[in-house]
Amino acid sequence: MNVLVILIPASLGLGLIGLLGFVWTMRASQYDDAEGDRHRILDTRYDDAPKK
Amino acid sequence: MTAACPACGGADLAAPAAGSSGASAGILLHLPDISCAACIASVETALAGIPGVREARVNLSHKQALVQGVGLVPDTLVEGLAAAGHRAQPLDDGMLARQGDEMRGLLMRTGVAGFAMMNVMLLSVAVWSGAADTTERLFHLISAAIALPAVAFSGRPFFASALSALRRGRLNMDVPISLAITLAALVSLVGALQGSDRHSWFDAALALTFFLLIGRTLDHAGRRAARSAAAELAALNVPQAVRLDAAGRNHVVRADSLAEGDLILLRPGDRLPADGIVTEGRSDIDRSALTGESAPAAVAGGDEVAAGEVNLSGPLTVRVTRAGRDTALNRLAELVATAEMQRSRFAGLADRAARAYAPLVHLLGLGAFVAWWYVSGDVWRATDVAIAVLVITCPCALGLAVPAVSVVATGRLFRNGLLVKSRTALERLSEIDLVAFDKTGTLTTGAAELSGDPDGTALALAASLAAGSAHPYSRALVAAAEARGLSTIPVTDLTERPGLGMEARLGGRRIRLGRPSWIGAGGDGVALDTGEGAPILFTFREEIRPDAAEAIAALKRAGIDVALLSGDTAAPCNRVAGTLGIEQVESAMSPEDKADWIRNRTRDGRKILMVGDGLNDTGALSLAHASVALGSGLDAARSAADVVLLSGRLARIADLLVISRKGVGRMRQNIWLSFGYNAIAVPVALAGLATPFLAALAMSLSSVTVSLNAMRGMK
Repeated sequence: MNVLVILIPASLGLGLIGLLGFVWTMRASQYDDAEGDRHRILDTRYDDAPKK
Repeated sequence: MTAACPACGGADLAAPAAGSSGASAGILLHLPDISCAACIASVETALAGIPGVREARVNLSHKQALVQGVGLVPDTLVEGLAAAGHRAQPLDDGMLARQGDEMRGLLMRTGVAGFAMMNVMLLSVAVWSGAADTTERLFHLISAAIALPAVAFSGRPFFASALSALRRGRLNMDVPISLAITLAALVSLVGALQGSDRHSWFDAALALTFFLLIGRTLDHAGRRAARSAAAELAALNVPQAVRLDAAGRNHVVRADSLAEGDLILLRPGDRLPADGIVTEGRSDIDRSALTGESAPAAVAGGDEVAAGEVNLSGPLTVRVTRAGRDTALNRLAELVATAEMQRSRFAGLADRAARAYAPLVHLLGLGAFVAWWYVSGDVWRATDVAIAVLVITCPCALGLAVPAVSVVATGRLFRNGLLVKSRTALERLSEIDLVAFDKTGTLTTGAAELSGDPDGTALALAASLAAGSAHPYSRALVAAAEARGLSTIPVTDLTERPGLGMEARLGGRRIRLGRPSWIGAGGDGVALDTGEGAPILFTFREEIRPDAAEAIAALKRAGIDVALLSGDTAAPCNRVAGTLGIEQVESAMSPEDKADWIRNRTRDGRKILMVGDGLNDTGALSLAHASVALGSGLDAARSAADVVLLSGRLARIADLLVISRKGVGRMRQNIWLSFGYNAIAVPVALAGLATPFLAALAMSLSSVTVSLNAMRGMK
């Protein structure tokens, strides 16, 4: 049962990382334009170098 | 925006309406035409090429672009985009601030509830599959540590709404939801602290919050898209006026800052911002927005003009007699206000289902508690069963049933150029059995076209004189000449006689084109005096929208009656009705007549859809069971209507009715589906057989079924 001492914090930590990631994407306005984002993947402008 | 803007300079109203100062940090542009990946790239590239632009980002969902940089002027951005082939209009700066805060809050709460639910569910799975004693107690305590803060944060919208309903002495769907969530969380907490081996409902409380928040977010997303688009339409035409001060200088001011006694200058093409009396100038006035008359009226010094009318041919100076809230518009506004009250009484499907459902849920829960307490004598056991009943009957699926369908249906309509503004519009539209159309500006484009087949040389000469004028008849002459491929005849000394017509010289002869009474001819229309022989009369008729006939035919095929209500005289109404095949024609109606007509028909049990564009339609638009305004119509008409037809294509109205019928059918299906789940699950819960595992399964299954059913292709 001692293995739980490691596994529980690990599982909670992973969940927390996921949540923090979600909060970050939210703050960075990544859900504001779902329609546009699905078209942007076809955009060739930043194929060679990412947008600064 | 309050005073004259430096960028516009004097009376130059040619500048677009939004006169932002040059130093603003961000400018929001409305891009009505963008639709694809190539558009995004070309708009962003075009904007980035304009000096001063730091960043330009297109939002395709809202058809907007946010441009950031220093020293930006909206006009240069619009010109830059025009050069790249995109139409753009600047939007009011104030709109930037209030974009999407509430939506973001809801998404955040949904996310938190989802993550907490998954973690707690993992711990619960361990318990369900056999963890016992210390492990089980430890897992319950950890679940409590995750679930309580998550529920407290994510459940806020439900708690707030339930509290405000209770305070007013009402029951809404959020009351049983909040009760179920809080009771489940609190009782499980007590169990976890006592270390007892009873069921823990933390995962159920979180799952409930999560699924209901999805429904709430969808509902909000749909309404926000409609609201922001409607606000954009309003922001597009910020009404402005040119005021003359005592020294005779021009100032561009906001129309709502005008006061009685101000002198305003109206150039041809301007819409009157206030009621007033003409002090100087002669011109023609287009009254169609107020009265529905299609022929322009002549005005000169001393004549009264009203807000909403459009000046056509000559510059006018007008002394304001009534401005702002006091204008003739006010009468119409009162009609609208009384009608709005009636409409808000319409309860949507979801509300009606909830009204029947909420008391039932409470009674069931209470009954289960009392019965189990009486039979078993164990308070905790009885509480457990009551929670199971509340959680299972809780309307996860019911909360999703209506918004999921309405998001899918309004999204489809928006892609077809129809903006649904009201939440209950779909349900009202599905009941329509009579469509009433306004004539001027709705069935017709509002422009004139030449009727008859006049002589080619005369037409070419008339078009040459008319070329410089903004009068609708002049434009019709030019269009007719172009359609026939006639080249213009060079004339000299071309001058406009405001309110009368045009005058020019051709090889020593004096040529006049204008009002028949001025030329010395009889009849309606425009007469041409070539300097020799009798004057030639051109007559006009209204141009009917190209797809109007198709739209009316489609409606008739669907078994829906069609009527025409117009403020115009009988002859043009009958002509339009005859061409389109409309049998019911009512002409020469005042705005009050139209409203009365709608009221009478409604009393007879008809469900009327009113389609209109002008101020004279606003009363009828807001009284009718449902209403559609044209995007090109006046602001007041658009705000009175449930649906705005952005594309101006009338044929879409038949689609609108079909889609709303299908959508409402789907909503009913969904409500029955979720009731079906309850019919199976409630007896199980009442029998005390429901476990948290079963509850989680039932909730997820019903929510997913309902969402999938909503998304099933709506053809």
